[in-house]
Amino acid sequence: MRERLVVVGNGMAGCRAIEEVLKRDPDRYEIVVFGAEPRVNYNRIMLSPVLAGEKTFDDIVINDAAWYADNAITLHAGRAVQAVDPAAKVVRAEGGLEVAYDKLILACGSDPIRLPLPGADLKGVVTFRDLDDVEAMVAAADRGGQAVVIGGGLLGLEAAYGLARRGMKATVIHLMDVLMERQLDSAAGFLLKEALKERGVEVILSANSEEIVGEDGKVSGLRLKDGRVIGCDLLVMAVGIRPSTALAKAAGLETNRGVVVDDGMRTSDPAIFAIGECAEHRGIAYGLVAPIWDMCRTLADVLTGEEDAAYEGSLLSTRLKVSGVDVFSAGEFSGGEGCEDIVFRDAGRGVYKRLVVRDGRLVGAVMFGDAADGNWYFDLMRQAAEVADIRDTIVFGQAITEGLRGLDPSSAVAAMADTAEICGCNGVCKGAITGAISAQGLTTLDAVRSVTKASGSCGSCTPLVEQLLKLTLGDGFTAETGPKSVCKCTHHPHAAVRERILAEGMKSIPHVMQALEWTTPDGCASCRPALNYYLLCAWPGEYQDDSQSRFINERAHANIQKDGTYSVVPRMWGGLTSPAELRAIADVADKFDIPTVKVTGGQRIDLLGVKKEDLPAVWADLNAAGMVSGHAYGKALRTVKTCVGTDWCRFGTQDSTGLGVKIEKFTWGSWAPAKVKMAVSGCPRNCAEATCKDVGVICVDSGYEIHIGGAAGLHIKGTEILTKVATEEAAIETIAAVMQLYREEAWYLERIYKWMARVGLESIQARIADDVGRRALFDRFAHSQRFAQIDPWAERVEGRHAYEFTPIAMAAE
Amino acid sequence: MTALAPIIPAWIDIGAVEDVPLRGARRIVTAEGAVAIFRTGDGQVFALKDQCPHKQGPLSQGIVHGHSVACPLHNWVIDLATGEPTGADAGKGCTPVVPVTVEGDRLFIPASG
Repeated sequence: MRERLVVVGNGMAGCRAIEEVLKRDPDRYEIVVFGAEPRVNYNRIMLSPVLAGEKTFDDIVINDAAWYADNAITLHAGRAVQAVDPAAKVVRAEGGLEVAYDKLILACGSDPIRLPLPGADLKGVVTFRDLDDVEAMVAAADRGGQAVVIGGGLLGLEAAYGLARRGMKATVIHLMDVLMERQLDSAAGFLLKEALKERGVEVILSANSEEIVGEDGKVSGLRLKDGRVIGCDLLVMAVGIRPSTALAKAAGLETNRGVVVDDGMRTSDPAIFAIGECAEHRGIAYGLVAPIWDMCRTLADVLTGEEDAAYEGSLLSTRLKVSGVDVFSAGEFSGGEGCEDIVFRDAGRGVYKRLVVRDGRLVGAVMFGDAADGNWYFDLMRQAAEVADIRDTIVFGQAITEGLRGLDPSSAVAAMADTAEICGCNGVCKGAITGAISAQGLTTLDAVRSVTKASGSCGSCTPLVEQLLKLTLGDGFTAETGPKSVCKCTHHPHAAVRERILAEGMKSIPHVMQALEWTTPDGCASCRPALNYYLLCAWPGEYQDDSQSRFINERAHANIQKDGTYSVVPRMWGGLTSPAELRAIADVADKFDIPTVKVTGGQRIDLLGVKKEDLPAVWADLNAAGMVSGHAYGKALRTVKTCVGTDWCRFGTQDSTGLGVKIEKFTWGSWAPAKVKMAVSGCPRNCAEATCKDVGVICVDSGYEIHIGGAAGLHIKGTEILTKVATEEAAIETIAAVMQLYREEAWYLERIYKWMARVGLESIQARIADDVGRRALFDRFAHSQRFAQIDPWAERVEGRHAYEFTPIAMAAE
Repeated sequence: MTALAPIIPAWIDIGAVEDVPLRGARRIVTAEGAVAIFRTGDGQVFALKDQCPHKQGPLSQGIVHGHSVACPLHNWVIDLATGEPTGADAGKGCTPVVPVTVEGDRLFIPASG
């Protein structure tokens, strides 16, 4: 008599295991299947397209009733197994049915996690796991309204997309700061968020759910910890799954997160096996489909006589099923020795690809926008194939890589047909470029650019154009350097980046990096602070400052010292102070054991050696005495030095102190490409040393000379006279205007004197002399100051970025 | 912690992954000195002794990019996975790597011995 194989679970794992067994030995077992859902086996991972209305249930049925009949499989659908008795080798199902087994497979799957939020039992709160859930969601969507999905993982996003397709306004609430953070990096996560927005799905990141609110027993919204309430008529929890272990646990089998199995898929009872999402193998409980297929193959081997077959774990890949949004992720991204990122971005097509190569082998891939080669990359990973020889082309995909295999880059270019497109932006083919080089005797990249337009737009084909110059001219070509690029993450120069931020309305760092095809996933310590400044300058009040893209001094609002302590410099307007301020400074120095108190060159007081943890408390005390941040740490307005002017000085011609205070009060808080130091002297004797400052004012009897472009650091340079004005108001307007021109035009880290040398004093003078232009600059500066003049110290005393100032507390062991 | 105890008894929970800002770092003071815990743009977590091999700058205060951190004192770029300086400064010393592991949304480092 045949042995009886009982399978608990009529899902993808249970049925695939049966198929694999039948494939190997169709007559070996009498097979009985129990399923809790009252239907035949269907492809659970295709529920998302069913929800989205792109497929029907019939489309996703894997095994119809005929399959069970043809293979003489007894199916008990809609009958949940309630107990397993390993001693008697019997399972008990709903309705008192008892079936004895020789071999038992547990393929119970998993249960969706329901967050224990207040209101979780309200009507309209569902999970996304089976066809019943889908039907509930479809019914809700038919009534229209709003849906909230908690969970920005694969399932949550697919649920939200499906609901949006069905006409609901869908909002995803995600705890983490990146969507699908286990599969994507922040660059791909950003693109995904944008793509979802276009498809009607709003995403709120770093959002903590607090309570589900309802009316008359029905859900009406979700309250977040920050107090926001997102209204909804349907709330989907898609926060993860938990392996179903209750049955195994009750039967006395070893369980941990899942039902613990060995490499042969055996549980702690040799006659009982577990596969799929309920199983835990080598400490991992999988929630994706690919490992299930691997497990089923091994299990079938073991059940058909190949006792030594072993499952060794699975490499995972993920593909998001949202129409028109190609997202693929596989492998790992943890760095290591010899670990290298290959990044490819195509802004025109919205493509981001990142490959991680370690020890000459591909170990991870994230792709957005074009995932066609996902399977190829995944195969390379699984085979642990050597990719060193295809390193240069691998990121372009399989077709190009195979086509160019064995060719060196220049012969690859030589081998290209004359009709092959080189410059995609301007539609220039190879023949047009080589033809122009020969016919017109072009010898430089710039010449090729101006004649053919090739590489003149985004510039990403520059290396190819250079290759063509080299091929055509032979040794006659020497590569030249154009305007310096921002850093090695990009070939774009600063000016181009600034222009495009404005022209294309880009308002975030990931957006800029994608549009300008950065070659690294998240930039470097050179380009990130530059981009952060450019965006801040371009979109005052709109751009959200990225503190992680700021150098530590600007992040901590204090200057780091060689021993890791900080220095604190409160603002002293125009160099004026008072007994009360001095007392407060003295008290702070005593209270916090500040070892050094020094007068700076900018007419204020520096407290050196402050511990980082003490900064907020130090600032609180200084704030209490009326002092604010002096921005001594910033690429920003630093100080306005003054002399005493007509108040006290017998030579003073104007109120230089008063004007200095007014200028500082108007310009403090403004961020700039580099530090900005100013001074106002009351007469040409120039006691405030205004002629070596970025901006200086020399008061004379008839008015005010405005100077710019001085320096007294690495380079020593006297100022140039920008203009002369008659009144204080005119002086302030002129200074604000030139400051704004500098802010908008200079490259990051470029001091005013360097900017002036680059664009020319005359050009600056002309634009400041123009009444309309000057007024517009002044207005833009004043607008920007509305958002900049918030004391960063006071904000941090109130608790902003508290994590920056407190080390992680060591929990009790 | 109970569920983990049988697997990694010598690890201690130091907080939630989200406590470390993305592309940022936090500092934790242990019996063996300060440790910098980093979280990179792709969500990976790394830990190094909080000391640059150059002039002992606190790496936890640097700018995190890719799987590297730029030291706040002199801009040496340290590989987070190996603790080694990269680029022009490669081969000039090494910052000790501290094991760190993530279970669920919690961070663990070895209990100090």
